Amino acid sequence: MNARVLLTTTSAIIALTFAACGGGGIYELPIETPIRPKLDVSAFQRVFVAGFLSGGSDEVDGNVETVRLLRSQLRGKSQLRVIDADALPLLQLAATPGASVGSAGGSVDPDPAEFEDAVINDDEDLEAHAHIFSDVAYWKRIGEEYQNPLIVTGSVMFTPHQRQGFVQREEEVYDTFGRRNVVPIRTFQERKGFILKPKFIFIDGRTGTTLYSESFREEVLYQANQVTPALSSYFELMERLIPSFLGALSSQSIRGTRVLLN
Amino acid sequence: MTLRALLTLAVLCTSLTTPALADDRTDARRQVKFGIEVAGHGLWNEAIYRWERAVEIDPTYAQAYNNLGVAYEQAGDMDKAAGAYKKALALEPNNQSVRENYELFEEINERTSAADDD
Repeated sequence: MNARVLLTTTSAIIALTFAACGGGGIYELPIETPIRPKLDVSAFQRVFVAGFLSGGSDEVDGNVETVRLLRSQLRGKSQLRVIDADALPLLQLAATPGASVGSAGGSVDPDPAEFEDAVINDDEDLEAHAHIFSDVAYWKRIGEEYQNPLIVTGSVMFTPHQRQGFVQREEEVYDTFGRRNVVPIRTFQERKGFILKPKFIFIDGRTGTTLYSESFREEVLYQANQVTPALSSYFELMERLIPSFLGALSSQSIRGTRVLLN
Repeated sequence: MTLRALLTLAVLCTSLTTPALADDRTDARRQVKFGIEVAGHGLWNEAIYRWERAVEIDPTYAQAYNNLGVAYEQAGDMDKAAGAYKKALALEPNNQSVRENYELFEEINERTSAADDD
């Protein structure tokens, strides 16, 4: 009898503990988080991806490639009509002496050949040419030329990069009884890759003023013996940023899963 | 005698309030369970209503706040989602599921709100 009572009491305690610990309910559900655009573009019907100050690597033309990539993304995922025109040679324009093109009344189209030596190797070079983004008169002129669109411009630094150091990886090992174990192994590795640092600037084509800007930094590293074309790395890194870029202009949604609890 | 009266009163209070609290908790759990069911069918507004009811009934119900965080996130209401997740974590700081949900939410929230002002 006593044993029976003890058993019943123990069972009840176990059941209560289980219930108190929330013994049931974990439900994983897919969700889509809608992201509101950071920029109100309702005043614009068109978008002009004008061009970028680019540098860092000779292997990728950051200006042309970025213009092409962003235009194709905007065509598919934005309500705005994308203007097709040659990418502006911003580096040459910015390098033109006294060519704060709009305000100084200089030429909007300097002879690129004359300034083709201009290069951007690092952030300092980039800074030296960044004045073009605040040239309100210039961007207003560009806006007038393309019927007052939203203008997308900015800079793209794409630089080779290498790093040495210890990298941890997991390795399968089997003991004398044939049991499998996974152990962390630290090895010294030399890896190389690229760093991509774009800055997107959104300019109101009606006024030439900057509406919004956003900077990013992404990097990728490969084993030193792996051969990856620079252009592939460029696209790999840009692909990570595209949702954020598009999120500035149009509503996006991010898919994921979350856990609901009972 | 006085002690006996006090004891009687205490027993009476306990016997009256405990079922009421248990009923509240049961009702709140029922709301949460139904909310999960409808959320599974994509009816997130109904789920929000149910989970809001649940936390009204039982303001210490961390799981209900967690679910509200998820639902507000799904609705794109990031401020409310942050509030609900934080409340859930305040109530149950060691709940790993809530923490993981909140970290995933924070990652998106930071990514989408980070911008230069220059």
